[in-house]
Amino acid sequence: FERSMSFHIKKNYRKFQGLISFLIFSADYFNEGESLSEDSKLRFDTCQLLWQQMKSEAEELQEELNKNLFDKLIEFLEKSHLEFRKKSTNWNYQIKSREIPTAALVLGVNVTDHDLTFKGLTAMLRDTITPYVVSLQAKECPDVKHLLQKLASQVMGCHIDMESTEEEEEECVQLSQKKMHYSMAFLSTWYRNVTQKKGSESVNKKITSSSQWKKSPPIVIILKDIESFSTKVLQDFIIISSQYLHQLPIVLVLGIATSPIIIHRLLPHAVSFLCIELLQSLSCKEHLAKLLDKLLLTTRFPFKLNEKALQVLINIFLYHDFSVQNFIKGLQLAILEHFYSQPLSILCCDLPEVKRRIHSLSEDQCESIRRLPSFMRYVEKQTPEKQVASLTNERFLKELHIYHENFFIVLKCLHAFTSSLPKYPLGRQIRELYCACLEKNIWESQEYEPALQLLRMLAKDELMAILHKCVEVFRSSPGKQLGSTAEKLKEFLAQFQSLEESNEEENGSGSQQKGLQKTDLYHLQKSLLEMKELRSSNKKQTKFEVQRDKVVDMIDNLVRKYLFPPDTQTLYEVVYFTGAHTLREHLNAAPRIALHTALNNPYHYLKNQALKSEDDSIPNVAPDICIAYKLHLECSRLINVVDWSEAFATVVTAAEETDPNSTASEEIKEIIHARFIRAVSELELLGFIKPTKQKTDHVARLTWGGC
Amino acid sequence: MSGVQSRVSPSPWVTSRATLVASWLRTRAVLREWTLPPTLKFSGLGRFGEVLGAQCLAPRETLIVMSHLKQQKVKMLEVQFVGDDDVLNHILDKEEGAKFRKDRAQVLVNVKKLMKKQENDQDEDDQDDLKDENYVDILGADSQEYLKNGCVASGGNKVYSFQTRKKPEKMAELAYEIAKTSGKSVPLICKNTEKMASTPQSSKKQSTSEKDQLKSDEKNEFLSTPYRLRKRLTAVSTFPSDTESEYSDSNSEDDKGIKQEEEKISEVLMDQKRLTKHSSLSSSSCKKVSAKKMKKDTTTDLVEEYFEAHSSSKVLTSDRTLQKLKRTKLDQQTLHNLLSKFSPPFSAELKQLNEQYERLFHKWMLQLHLGFNIVLYGLGSKKELLEKFRASMLQDSVHVVINGFFPGITVKSILNSITEEILEHMGTFRSVLDQLDWIINRFKDDSSLELFLLIHNLDSQMLRGDKSQQILGQLSSLPKIYLIASIDHINAPLMWDHSKQSLYNWLWYETTTYRPYTEETSYENSLLVQQCGTLALSSLIHVFRSLTPNARGIFRLLIKYQLENEENPSYIGLSFQDFYQQCREAFLVNSDLTLRAQLTEFRDHKLLRTKKGTDGVEYLLIPIDTGTLSDFLEKEDKEA
Repeated sequence: FERSMSFHIKKNYRKFQGLISFLIFSADYFNEGESLSEDSKLRFDTCQLLWQQMKSEAEELQEELNKNLFDKLIEFLEKSHLEFRKKSTNWNYQIKSREIPTAALVLGVNVTDHDLTFKGLTAMLRDTITPYVVSLQAKECPDVKHLLQKLASQVMGCHIDMESTEEEEEECVQLSQKKMHYSMAFLSTWYRNVTQKKGSESVNKKITSSSQWKKSPPIVIILKDIESFSTKVLQDFIIISSQYLHQLPIVLVLGIATSPIIIHRLLPHAVSFLCIELLQSLSCKEHLAKLLDKLLLTTRFPFKLNEKALQVLINIFLYHDFSVQNFIKGLQLAILEHFYSQPLSILCCDLPEVKRRIHSLSEDQCESIRRLPSFMRYVEKQTPEKQVASLTNERFLKELHIYHENFFIVLKCLHAFTSSLPKYPLGRQIRELYCACLEKNIWESQEYEPALQLLRMLAKDELMAILHKCVEVFRSSPGKQLGSTAEKLKEFLAQFQSLEESNEEENGSGSQQKGLQKTDLYHLQKSLLEMKELRSSNKKQTKFEVQRDKVVDMIDNLVRKYLFPPDTQTLYEVVYFTGAHTLREHLNAAPRIALHTALNNPYHYLKNQALKSEDDSIPNVAPDICIAYKLHLECSRLINVVDWSEAFATVVTAAEETDPNSTASEEIKEIIHARFIRAVSELELLGFIKPTKQKTDHVARLTWGGC
Repeated sequence: MSGVQSRVSPSPWVTSRATLVASWLRTRAVLREWTLPPTLKFSGLGRFGEVLGAQCLAPRETLIVMSHLKQQKVKMLEVQFVGDDDVLNHILDKEEGAKFRKDRAQVLVNVKKLMKKQENDQDEDDQDDLKDENYVDILGADSQEYLKNGCVASGGNKVYSFQTRKKPEKMAELAYEIAKTSGKSVPLICKNTEKMASTPQSSKKQSTSEKDQLKSDEKNEFLSTPYRLRKRLTAVSTFPSDTESEYSDSNSEDDKGIKQEEEKISEVLMDQKRLTKHSSLSSSSCKKVSAKKMKKDTTTDLVEEYFEAHSSSKVLTSDRTLQKLKRTKLDQQTLHNLLSKFSPPFSAELKQLNEQYERLFHKWMLQLHLGFNIVLYGLGSKKELLEKFRASMLQDSVHVVINGFFPGITVKSILNSITEEILEHMGTFRSVLDQLDWIINRFKDDSSLELFLLIHNLDSQMLRGDKSQQILGQLSSLPKIYLIASIDHINAPLMWDHSKQSLYNWLWYETTTYRPYTEETSYENSLLVQQCGTLALSSLIHVFRSLTPNARGIFRLLIKYQLENEENPSYIGLSFQDFYQQCREAFLVNSDLTLRAQLTEFRDHKLLRTKKGTDGVEYLLIPIDTGTLSDFLEKEDKEA
């Protein structure tokens, strides 16, 4: 634990400095506002540390995944404007140079993740290729003028950033004063000046990777969200910039969320000015799978989600936004909630640290451990003498750690086996399998048996591929618990290989035997029938089949031995977050339902017996707005206010228990009317009705069947 | 072959050609693996594939049949239409020829790859579809959990079903029902209700009796409807004429009898239709139709209900107006006074609710600090709650409270208050975006800056625009700006698309308080509240004071002119040219450009409306009633 921490601190030293001062602030809020105990502070620190580690892990992953895409992009950039650099003047180039080199990045629908990608891209381009990287968003560029302005200021801005000498700054001030006159021509003269100056200055900049760029670095323009640009702006911009291609080496990078066809739809005419190269980013689903693998399916981070919570997060991902960033956000919330609400989460850290912390546990904490259901279950199973001794928790946590280690290895193996089965009885993605395993004993599920059946029919090459994968899994995992199994796997592999060789020999000899002579039809049929019989009687298993069954049995045994759900483990509460509904409530709320419930069934919130009612009706003592709402539900598109107010008054006077015969005083009537007015205007604020001119003294319904 | 069938018809939504092909390819894969004897695997598939390939685009129904056929064909391949030698060679090739096999296998591998690819695509779709069910399951499973802490399971169905056409007297009926729940006789409020209640009684009686009969024997009902309908119609037409005039549709108020009868007929017919549909539905459900079919039925039902509800543009409502009732509009002040005399019930429970929310304050602070922003939703004004939060938590930190419900609020004013009061910057900005950039840079440069933004009603008229939300979102995405906001409108979440939501980084908290929206609604042009109120006057004065002397003069001129023409019913405003002339004569402006500049200022404050007359001339009008205007002039004169 400490090692990883120090490593981390080294890496993000500056980040941590900021963090520490900030921790002191926010730790105050951690423990329900009570005086800050040592315990809650420690918990909060643990939480923050864990989160930071996970976050940087996720960021690293993102970088790694983007690397491929970026490499391709750089390659593309190197290729483009070759001619420009050579200052070649041949005719062919003259024609071609009307085309702007364009990289179309298809990034997928998860728009929220794009920002990070672009941020990484810009940083990388600045470091390796050119200082002139401009990123533009549609909302900044309502017309060409704004676009050019933004473009020019950013291009010149980065130049000034690069060599921030006094003299340049003055120039900058001058520039900003003439902001209104930006045009492509202006930009190109500026560019010529700068590059010439640089050429003579003999470059001393950090851009060293590609020497050919030194003289004339390209201007990379990133249009982050091509779909939201207006056609006219884009078209004009492209036509204009294509005219200046001789002087300015412009490269466009288009961020596409939908499909590449959009370019043609957006730019029916200007597309001929573009020389497009299509680059595809990794799909968000794969990204998620990798992320899960790095953050949850590992023993590196002690924190885990239970089945429901994970399911909620995955569902939000699959059905709402496909956004990995939001998934990470959900994970952050889960971690926070876990440490906030579970006092024992103090033990949710790495093993060596756990050892230390256990020794300093207070009485209360020990007591709360004893109260954990899983611990009580454990104690009940033990004999009384042992019960006394069983208070050292360390062992359990260690066991839990080992359990996880084995769990993930076996899980990955099982996934390797089942992910290629037809129909995917146990799910195609590892997350599905993981959820299933978290929920209950996987071997008791309906799909498990058929899956094994299918496994028993695998062809040899498939089986061997899977075994290779499994060996890979074992090799990559640090744990030594399942060493013997790994050995066994390798053994199997070797056997299969030898089998293959022998098999071929067999085949050779068998076929010679059966060489048939030419015969007539009758004999042929007969011999064929014989052969068929022979084959069916020969059904007893071949060597391969025997081996295959052994493999399947082995994996079955492994599964039964290791893949039991975590809630059977003692002290699992310490590391598993179980508040699925909190996640759903805070991340994926349903405000309309809440409003409807509050209006329709006030008892749900106000636990007063007077408000209790069966079925749909509400009692007449309910809050005014509920009554008004209920009454308005009875109307179609238009509501007569007079009728409404009278109906309202009927209900309310009945509730007030005034004597019906004594003519209610004018004042009470007035008050009721005022209450009605308030209820109506509140409904208007909530968006249920609106005033209408269709008929005098009417309002229009706006919801659910209105209008 | 049964396995194949179940695969080919996976779901009703597989319609496109591509998916058809894909599913067909899967069929092939299955055939290859499960139904063919191992030796025939390769040769069989070669032909098989060809034939099938040609059939790929056939409709799905035939596919199933075809696959049966194919299977037979495959079985016969060995002995059918081929000469002995060929067959023998054929078999021998396979049995012995390792190299031959390899060749074929290679070809196959290619095909296989292709197939696998498509398979994958298809399966992904399929799986997601399947997952839908899972999702619903999970939702359902969760709802129990939900019930414990915050939601009602039956909600969804009720919320999203369409409204069927309601009879006008329904509301009164319901009112009686609700009123009766206390179990005592209900007084009739006034004469009018009595009349209203009595008029529909005849029809009500009928309808209830009708209902009873319906329940008892539906079939009989259908047979007898024509007769009953006629009877009912006569009943309708024999209504006294004065009560009839109480009901009319919104479009043509004057024509009575005939049209109404028609309406009634159609209504009855519709009822009948609905009934038949229901009966057919129930009978079919008796026959245990699969769940899926049922679902389909209900959806079509929903669609038809929608069109029924919207079939005619006419809505039947009573014609009574507030004037007949002799209940004048109240103004804001009297309304407030009246309401203060009424104490809301369930104060204990409300307090309990509030305490429950107040316990969350620390958590909110923590989450705000960790980069989340918080949005509160649920029925009831959340202003008090946020006020309390501010008082207990934010005493020592810099914060800005924004009353979103205030009609004059703009994003510009929010940004201004940040730049001027928090960051103490005196300069001006060319545009809101520039200002935003400046703020962002300031916060980036100076890490000691921290700011809490409290926005009451983030979804108010003025702030709900796309641009405003974008700017606020960008502001809230700064790590050192903490936003806590409330929303009330039912459609408020529609303001945010995915990118805005990720900017805001919301955590949702339900805070149903049942508090009256006193302040929030007081600015609203409520239909029943008289608009002459003190508010208009005070805001008028406020704006007026901030004007330059010349502008005041201009505005005063316009007011005077409008007051002079008070009595003229056809007054549509002062034409721009006349007004310009007057202003010139009073030495208030020197060109019509300056006048126009002033007018824009007024227009921005909603003090002026311009209208094109029939002659194409611009007319200027102050959209404030004359009483307020004369009050205003009086006050101003006194001051001066």
